[in-house]
Amino acid sequence: MTRYVLSRIGQAVLVLWAAWTISFFVLYVLPSDPARIMLGPDATDVTQAQLDALRHQYGLDQPVLVQYFQHLGSLLTGDLGRSIGVGRPVTEVIGEAVGPTAQIAVVGLLLAIVFGGGVAVLATWTRNRALGQFLLQLPPIGVAVPGFWFALLLVQWFSFGLHVFPAFGGEGPSSVVLPAITLALPTGATIAQLLSKSLVATLREPYVDTAYAKGAGRWRVQLRHALKNAALPALTVTGLIVGQLFSGTVVTETVFSRPGLGRVTATAVQGQDIPVVQGIVLVAAAIFVVANLVVDLVYPLLDPRVVLAGSRRKLREQDGATPGGPATGGTAPAAPTPSAAPQGAPA
Amino acid sequence: MTETTQLAIGRPASLVTDRVPGGATALRGLAARPTLTVAVLWLGLVVLAALLPGALTHHDPLAADPAVKLTAPDAAHWFGTDQLGRDLYTRVVHGTALTLQAAILAILIGLVGGSVVGLLAGFVGGVVDTVLMRVADVLLAIPSLLLSLTIVTVLGFGTVNVAVAVGVASIATIARIMRSEVVRVRTAQYVEAATANGNRWWRVLLVHVLPNAAGPVLVLAALEFGTAILAVSSLSFLGYGAQPPAPEWGSLVSTGRDYIATSWWLTTIPGLVIAVTVLAGNRVARALDTERRAVR
Repeated sequence: MTRYVLSRIGQAVLVLWAAWTISFFVLYVLPSDPARIMLGPDATDVTQAQLDALRHQYGLDQPVLVQYFQHLGSLLTGDLGRSIGVGRPVTEVIGEAVGPTAQIAVVGLLLAIVFGGGVAVLATWTRNRALGQFLLQLPPIGVAVPGFWFALLLVQWFSFGLHVFPAFGGEGPSSVVLPAITLALPTGATIAQLLSKSLVATLREPYVDTAYAKGAGRWRVQLRHALKNAALPALTVTGLIVGQLFSGTVVTETVFSRPGLGRVTATAVQGQDIPVVQGIVLVAAAIFVVANLVVDLVYPLLDPRVVLAGSRRKLREQDGATPGGPATGGTAPAAPTPSAAPQGAPA
Repeated sequence: MTETTQLAIGRPASLVTDRVPGGATALRGLAARPTLTVAVLWLGLVVLAALLPGALTHHDPLAADPAVKLTAPDAAHWFGTDQLGRDLYTRVVHGTALTLQAAILAILIGLVGGSVVGLLAGFVGGVVDTVLMRVADVLLAIPSLLLSLTIVTVLGFGTVNVAVAVGVASIATIARIMRSEVVRVRTAQYVEAATANGNRWWRVLLVHVLPNAAGPVLVLAALEFGTAILAVSSLSFLGYGAQPPAPEWGSLVSTGRDYIATSWWLTTIPGLVIAVTVLAGNRVARALDTERRAVR
């Protein structure tokens, strides 16, 4: 187990390093003159001496590889450089922005899980065909709606129409509601699409028939027996969902004029603030990597069929037989509850 | 289309007579799926607006008439007018070309770039495969909008740059699918036979492997249409795309934002057009996907 955890952490660090390296080459090496980009298109009266000074200040007069290792060195000491726009350290700019973004992202994710999950459960549970069809039409619409437009509609209805929630700003808990709903829409739609698909598949499993045969009601089978197993495949797209939330904040925080990571990103791109953009890329990759790492580490605990490589070898030695598939070994340890014991192959 | 092919395979003797029932079946298939019909019709309208905006409106998208500024939708101005009195319907129709061009350019870049990378990785294999796919994995760890934003930072603003940024951001996804298809096809006997016949490797790759691996990639590209429209209009909304006064769907919503308290139509209608177009694109892509799976 320790070896598994360590190797997963090692891989995560490697992905982070690679993401940072790619962003370095895109941002510093690809453009012919990063110093010009930093100054922006409007800077026409810059003297050659000033340009040279700027290049020297950011080390742009050094060979590419020297620059790369200098940046890598300061990255290892936790230094992401200085923002060109505001002149403060990038870590400080990003650090301040994490809090407000975390508020709307967490509330948005919860809303997405509750409503996305609700739509999926209800759509597969109902025997009313029209209602089921209607519910299944919702997620594709949720995915197709542009986030900025949905946010503006919410502002029209709830801020200017009903005067319930503020249209702009980041003060107080009521300012979290509309941005969180905006973030929740595409994420909730993704969750609903995945979960309804995997619920339909799970409800065909023999153990569902067993549960019915024991006299369990439809709600009980749906929620206690099927949902647990059906939710597992949805966990594998955690990285995708986290990325979706992060992308959503750029548009959402711009529309609602809230401070946060998305706003920092939009401002940095607008001002072509290369160090900040690179810092944001690193943060986004870190969030993705950590989310996936957590899922990887938790998954074997939730789904005992995913036997780790080491213990699988041990099992094989004990049984003297090879289990069917790598992740679906029939010799998996006992499931946490008998009712949830999976009988078929997972998705 | 596939139904025609199947019929033709079943009765190869009478190709000409088969074409008529084949087309009729396709039509009946469309009638049985009303949402698909609506989606196809809508996309046809969008393409018409992009190619021949004059066929849908006679007004000039830049002609301002201050006398009628900020009027709500009525018989004379179907979508209302903006703060300068320009007809919003005309601006949406004329904006279609910019949005559609950007989306199509993005898809082409993603398709060509992703296919080349995927073909190389799958066909050459070994170290090339490992390196290319690891890079693709890393790119997938960065949210695609952020990747596009990074590229826009370097390239600067404008519709073409936005299209390039959106296209480059989709290369990794397409490359992965292409690679897995190539790996599947490469071991097929006809590929072996083609090599044994003395064909050059590039001929085997282009004539035998590519056409048989392209199916899922093309379906993915169709799905990318909706994603690309959304990404392009988001970037334009943020102000990195088409610059005023050029009409573009995302920037139309963005300018309407300043009048949101009083003039709902300026944001609602262009946004609705974007949403319906993405929905229609996704619906058609889904139909193509089912069709392809059914054939296989």
